[in-house]
Amino acid sequence: MSTMSGLVKATFAGGFMLVLTSAPALPADRPFNLGKIATAEEVAGWDIDVRPDGLGAPVGMGNAIDGEEVYADLCAACHGDFGEGVDRWPELVGGEGSLGTHDPLKTTGSYWPYASTLYDYVYRAMPFGESQSLSYDETYQIVAFLLYMNDIIEDDFDVSHENIGSIEMPNRDGFFMPDPRPDVQAVNVEPCMTNCNVATNIIGRARDIDVTPESES
Amino acid sequence: MKDDNTKGGALSRRSLIGGAAALGSVGLAKAAVGAESNPDNLPPNVSEWTPYLGNGVDVNPYGMPSPYEEHVIRRNVEWLTASTESSVNFTPLHELEGFVTPNGLCFERHHGGVPEVIPSDYRLMINGLVDRELIFTLDDLKRFPQTNRFYFLECAANGGMEWRGAQLNGCQYTFGMVHNVQYTGVLLKDLAREVGVKPEAKWIMAEGGDSSGMNRSIPIEKIMDDCMIAWAMNGEALRPEQGYPARLVVPGWEGNMWVKWIRRLEFGDMPYMAREETSKYTDLMKDGKARMFTWVMDAKSVVTSPSPEKPVLEKGVHQLRGLAWSGRGKIIRVDVSLDGGRNWKTADLHGPVLDKCLTRFTMPFDWNGEEMMVQSRAMDETGYVQPTIDALQAERGVNSIYHNNAIATWLVNKDGSVDNVRLG
Repeated sequence: MSTMSGLVKATFAGGFMLVLTSAPALPADRPFNLGKIATAEEVAGWDIDVRPDGLGAPVGMGNAIDGEEVYADLCAACHGDFGEGVDRWPELVGGEGSLGTHDPLKTTGSYWPYASTLYDYVYRAMPFGESQSLSYDETYQIVAFLLYMNDIIEDDFDVSHENIGSIEMPNRDGFFMPDPRPDVQAVNVEPCMTNCNVATNIIGRARDIDVTPESES
Repeated sequence: MKDDNTKGGALSRRSLIGGAAALGSVGLAKAAVGAESNPDNLPPNVSEWTPYLGNGVDVNPYGMPSPYEEHVIRRNVEWLTASTESSVNFTPLHELEGFVTPNGLCFERHHGGVPEVIPSDYRLMINGLVDRELIFTLDDLKRFPQTNRFYFLECAANGGMEWRGAQLNGCQYTFGMVHNVQYTGVLLKDLAREVGVKPEAKWIMAEGGDSSGMNRSIPIEKIMDDCMIAWAMNGEALRPEQGYPARLVVPGWEGNMWVKWIRRLEFGDMPYMAREETSKYTDLMKDGKARMFTWVMDAKSVVTSPSPEKPVLEKGVHQLRGLAWSGRGKIIRVDVSLDGGRNWKTADLHGPVLDKCLTRFTMPFDWNGEEMMVQSRAMDETGYVQPTIDALQAERGVNSIYHNNAIATWLVNKDGSVDNVRLG
């Protein structure tokens, strides 16, 4: 989300625009005077993140109609034609209502709280082994197709830098903080040392599950 | 507490798939048993290696362990992940002594494989809410004031396969996503002074230069406290799989935040909600809501010997060994039980006992050939006591994957073999 990004990074840039081009800092401001000032172009090339409020989203757009073909070419081999996942590659669709059950299915639709994260992750890390190779429009198209497959948008809805920060995800309110730990027992309590009342029946053995890799030596 | 291994959840479903492929993998303990001795090498005979000259210097310009230690390696669990490039392997804790993990045995966790970063082309960019957006070379970083600190690094998913029951029969596979080395690097607060952090900056996003572009948000209080950019571990350059040439160090916090091959730090006024801190590394509770930003690794301990890979081979005296650690500070005490938690004795801690660092403990015991149920229970300087799995399950359910710091039980069988078991 840089400020000086040559990508014209969306909505919030104005506030911090002036920093880089101001006069070189005085040595007193830089205790060690190490490193070189980054140019706007240098920052733009590496500053690829997109925040939940849309800050950092590059100018572009795409819908699920166009996204279906891009997805089929670049994503379906691992994630399946309908986001169902191939082999052990992640499922991208489904899982609604499963999070509180014995077998939760966490997908982009059922679990991911922000649409911006889809853009951020798909652009930076996908396709697996060819990361940071998608165009901005291709990325928006893939995001749109994922949202469409999860019934979050219509197929002709254009996902863009203008709305990536405002698309509401189903599990937006599924997370809480701050961290409640330590959560399971009082601290500063002397633990039992003798004749403790604990169950010592063996109710499960890893040996019986039999999924441990065999040693080769 | 019910043992839940046989029901279908996400992890155990995979375990069943894996189980079909892993035929009869019970014999792990046998691997640790030494080979038969050759009487020709024993007193009063002259051992075969004694009369002759051995290798001269430089046969191994970079020294390697004895070939007889070739079993002391990182190992992975193939059925856990779809590819080795986005996968994990495990530190052989049961084979290690002291509290330092040798560089080549530190567990690996990659999300897009190990990049081959050319050090002369390495750059660290710091941008965002700063007075000056700067780019540093590796040599620049080494010219800052230097810090040397030992810290453990533990994956938040260490023990994640054990939530529903005893599943993997090994100390390495159930506790081995942790390592402990000495880092050399620059404190982030020194880099922050150099760029001049704006008052409205509350968060930093750390980003890797690997194929996953790993990114995580970290609150500025932690950044200004003890975080480092490290370029060395245990006295030598970082290993490629540990982030060569530079990585983030976030002491006491989950390993995923310690971004490797770090290329960029961005200061901002809110968290970035990256994939790894929303869809992953959030802890799903029983009610379907998930804890977010659970960064600290709570106190934990493991008995490394005896353990499933370290059977008890003879009756008589033995030295129980183990490791304890806490992301909240120093370990102050470790208790050991040999009867499944009914009675406990306090083990000996072996210094130095350092902040947010593995701590070695030992306790002598006599084995008379009867079954033992071995447990260890760590306490840290905040007064936190390592919990039982029952207590964790009661509060959190079984689907949180991350932050399982429960007491484990090793059953020493009458034949001396050792099993990972669940009590209830």
